[in-house]
Order: sequence, then structure tokens, then C-alpha cells
Amino acid sequence: MTATAESAAPRTSAPSGPAPRALRRDRAKINWWLTALVAVCSLTVLIPLYLAVVTALKTPDQLGGTGFELPVGARWENFAEAWTTVKFPRALLNIALVTVGAVLLTLLTNSMVAYAIARNLHRKFFKGLYLYFIAALFVPFPIILLSVVKETAILGLDNQLGLILLYTVYGLSFNIFVYVAYIRSIPLELEEAALTDGASTWTIFWRIIFPLLGPMNATVGILTCLWAWNDFLLPLVILSDPAAQTLPLAQFIFQGQFNTNYPVAFASYLLALAPLLLVYLFAQRWVVSGVMRGSTK
Amino acid sequence: MSTLTRPNVGRKTPRVFYFMVLPALVIFAVFHTVPLLSGIYFSFTNYAGYGEWSFVGLSNYINLFRDDRILNAYGFTFLFAIVSTIAVNVISLAVAIALNGRIKFKTGFRGIFFIPNILSILIVGYVFNYLFSNSVPAIAEALGINALTTSILAGADTAWIGVVILSVWQAAAFNIIIYLAGLQTIGGELYEAASLDGASSWRQFRSITFPLIGAFFTINMVLSLKNFLQVFDQIVSLTAGGPGTSTESISLLIYRGGFEGGEYGYQTANAVIYLIVIIAISFVQLRILQRREASF
Repeated sequence: MTATAESAAPRTSAPSGPAPRALRRDRAKINWWLTALVAVCSLTVLIPLYLAVVTALKTPDQLGGTGFELPVGARWENFAEAWTTVKFPRALLNIALVTVGAVLLTLLTNSMVAYAIARNLHRKFFKGLYLYFIAALFVPFPIILLSVVKETAILGLDNQLGLILLYTVYGLSFNIFVYVAYIRSIPLELEEAALTDGASTWTIFWRIIFPLLGPMNATVGILTCLWAWNDFLLPLVILSDPAAQTLPLAQFIFQGQFNTNYPVAFASYLLALAPLLLVYLFAQRWVVSGVMRGSTK
Repeated sequence: MSTLTRPNVGRKTPRVFYFMVLPALVIFAVFHTVPLLSGIYFSFTNYAGYGEWSFVGLSNYINLFRDDRILNAYGFTFLFAIVSTIAVNVISLAVAIALNGRIKFKTGFRGIFFIPNILSILIVGYVFNYLFSNSVPAIAEALGINALTTSILAGADTAWIGVVILSVWQAAAFNIIIYLAGLQTIGGELYEAASLDGASSWRQFRSITFPLIGAFFTINMVLSLKNFLQVFDQIVSLTAGGPGTSTESISLLIYRGGFEGGEYGYQTANAVIYLIVIIAISFVQLRILQRREASF
């Protein structure tokens, strides 16, 4: 698969920079029917979001009908009400803390473990370790669910810190898979040169290898961020203190209170979806090419 | 590969490499392997999740196969997972091919199609819930389509379709990007040569595109089926397992029975069966799909 990755990399990393002549030739041959078809298909993605926005701005008595009608005079108070009802700032802070913590810890530890494994795959112990971690990819979460909850409760990890730790540990299987493939494509010469200069393996990893992992770190970081931010089951079972609730969990817990008031509920959904959506709007190209890079490895 | 066995790296440094992996190994074992083993252990007991317990041998396993609720959960989960896997792969591949064609605003469309993957499926599920229960019936009434005037989520026979639609809507985002990455590894010259030879688009797809992205197809099929078999969030926000228990997935049942129903031992036995099923399916799938890939 490495060969395919190399040929894909330049195209995905430079989406806007083909040679000017190639661009002109492409433009001449644009298939407008296909463009229109893709545009219509993309509506399926946008329609639910549109529905969420218009509903969030209505008053309850405007609801009726199909729900797609535009609101008569936007009711922004819905957002204010949702903000306080779901204790939005607290949930946002929790989820941000867990996500940032999980991403940082994952990048720092998983890459290091992968490095040790990648450079020693010819040794039985490391080969076994590699297979041991990868095998966990096949274990469905529900089988460990109940025991993990007991364990974290006993260890006092039924909080945000526990979540950070669990995302880092459970991400290991997949991340090692991606990192090891990438590290093995880095030539050994650099490390050997540093070794003869008397650098320790730690120094070599942090000063030479870790910076070289940049693109893979981006991929792993993006995937970990999306996972930790949107995950629902793990916070649902792990967190015992209501004050530790994350965004999706808060939506679930407060769902009952919205039963009669859809506009406020939808305002709170939008509040919960907005932070990552905003980040995505600005980092869209980078995020998508990061995910594509991970898949060709 | 050959560089890895060079003597001066091979001999000098092992110990520090052990320090690099040992903490991870210990923590991984504590939070993954120990729970897995303890789960298997408790599956042979009548542990309720609290209080006293004793060994009951294989009776949990025997009871599983007589339990209608369990069988129903497996039936629903498999129906849902197979339909969703096929639907999501067909749709994603079609959209990816279109996105890889000569269209305008490529990056923009690519960005839009990936949006569902960055949204919380639980929260999107609440929006779809409204869409299915209020909007669709209202539109159907206006258009005079009687079959859709009642919410599909309200019918025990139709609710699973809603779960499929939501899951496919979300999972397509990721699969499209994977297929797109695969399609971009195919050089344009191949298609140019094929069209010079007069091959139709369908023939080009069958003889060039599909064989060359075989590895991506395999990965997507295995991963989507595995993910769909673990469906949870979608169901919580869309149907909560209802009406009745018609859309209760295996994950949801394990969670409910194990946490709320005092069936810790019983549901871990369910989870062990579930583990065996998932591993067996993944391997069978990999074998079949890889053989097919090689035969091209």
C-alpha cells in the first residue's frame, strides 16, 4: 500500500496548486451535468442542517407544517434559553478539556510506542506486541464496557481524566497500525548519523523522528479529535459526576426537558454542533486531506 | 526492510525501546485485556453487577439462545448492518466517482460531503427524529402519499429503515473520502487508453476502477459492517430501541441489561457470543473479499 500512498500524497496535499496549463485544460472539459448532479446530492447533507437552523429560530406556535418553512422573525432567545438549560459553557469546557487532553496524550505516547515497535519488528517481543495491540481492533466495545466502568470507578477515574486516558489507550490499536507503516518508510540513515554523534534514542525520537511524523500526527490528531468530541457511549457510562458532562451527553440528559419545546431543543443542538463545525469551515481542506492520507497508509 | 537488520541499530539499543513500550503495555492490559478477561469470567456467573454471585456454568449461554429479546436484537442488528453496509458502499462509491470526475468546485463539494462525519451522530439523530416524525408525514400528506403519512419511526416494521437512513447519511461521509483517496491513486492515462479503445463508462468502471480500488473496497466493507454491528448512538436518539424492542441493537441490549437490568453476568455472556460473531464475520469477509480481489 505504500506505493499507492506516495502517488496519492502530492495530489491530496496540494489541492489548489496544479500547473496553470493543466487547470485551463481541466476547465475546458468541465462536466456541468455531473456538477449539477453532485450539487443535488450534496443537498441531502445540507437539508437536515437547514431544518435544524430554521427550527431553532421559530416560536413553538410556528412549528406545524413540514418544518421547512422559514421562521417569521428570528427568535434568538431560543439560543439564550438553550445556553442556560443545558449548562452549555460547562459542557463545552468539559468536552474541550477531554478532547485536547486525549489528542495531546495520544500524539505523544502512541507515536513513541509505534516508533519502538517499528524499529524492532524483527524482534519476537515487539512483533508480538504489535499483533497484540492490533488484535484489539476486533474486540467490540460492549464486551469490555461493564468491567471498564467498574475498574474506572474503583480507580477514581470516573471523570474527565479517565476519559482522556481511555481514548488514548483505545486509540492505540488503530494509531499504531498507521504510525508503524509510516515510520518504516523513514530511512534509518538519519538515526544512524545521530547515533554516531552520541545522541540517545530518546533524543533521536523527540528531535528527529517526532518532527518527521508531522503529517501522520495531523491525521491521528484529527481522527482522535473527532472521536473524543463526538463520542457518546464512553462518557455515558464512565462519568459519574453530572458536572463532568460532555456536550453529547448533556444533550441526552436534557432531552426530556425539551419535549414540549422543539425550537429550544434545536437551538441547543446547534450550539453543540457549532464549535467543531466552525473549526471545520476554516480547516476543511486540511482535515479532509489528513483523513485521506491516513486511509492510503 | 533490509536496513532494519543493520547491526549497530540491532545490537546496542534494545533497553530504551522496552522503556518506551512498557508503560503503554501495562495500561493497555489494565484497561483492555483485564476487562476482556474479567468479562469472559463473569459470563459464567449469575453476577447482577452488585452483591453476591456464584458460578452457573454454561447456563447463561444456553439461556441466550432461548431468549426472544436476544434473538430479536441479533435479527435486527444483522438486518440493519447488512442493509446499511451495502447501501453505504454503493452510495459512497458512486459519489466518490462523481467527485473524482471533471466537475467544478471539487474541494468545496468534497468538504460538504464530509460534514456528517464531524457531527455528533446522537445530536444529528434528534434532528432526523423530528424529520421523520413531523416533516416527512406533513410532506406526504400534502403530496397525497398515504404510505408515508404516519411516521416510519412509529411502526415496528418500518422503524429500522429510519435507523438505516441516519446511519448511511453519516457513514457515507467517511467512506466517500476513503474511496476518493483510492480513486486518486489511479492514473488518468488508463481511462484515456480505454476510451480510445472504445470502452463504455460502465466497462471502464468494471475493468479499471473497481479492480484497482479493490483494497479500499475490502477495507470499507469490513469496517462498515463491523461499525454497523455495534450501532448504538443512532438508536438512542432515533427510536430508543422502539417501538417495543423492534430496533433494540445488541450493544443497546448489553448496555441496558447490564447496567439497568441487573443482568451483568448474563449480558457479558451475550457480549462474548457477540465478540465471537464479530471476529468470525471479519475473518470470513476478509478471506472472501481478498480472494475476489486477487482473482481480477
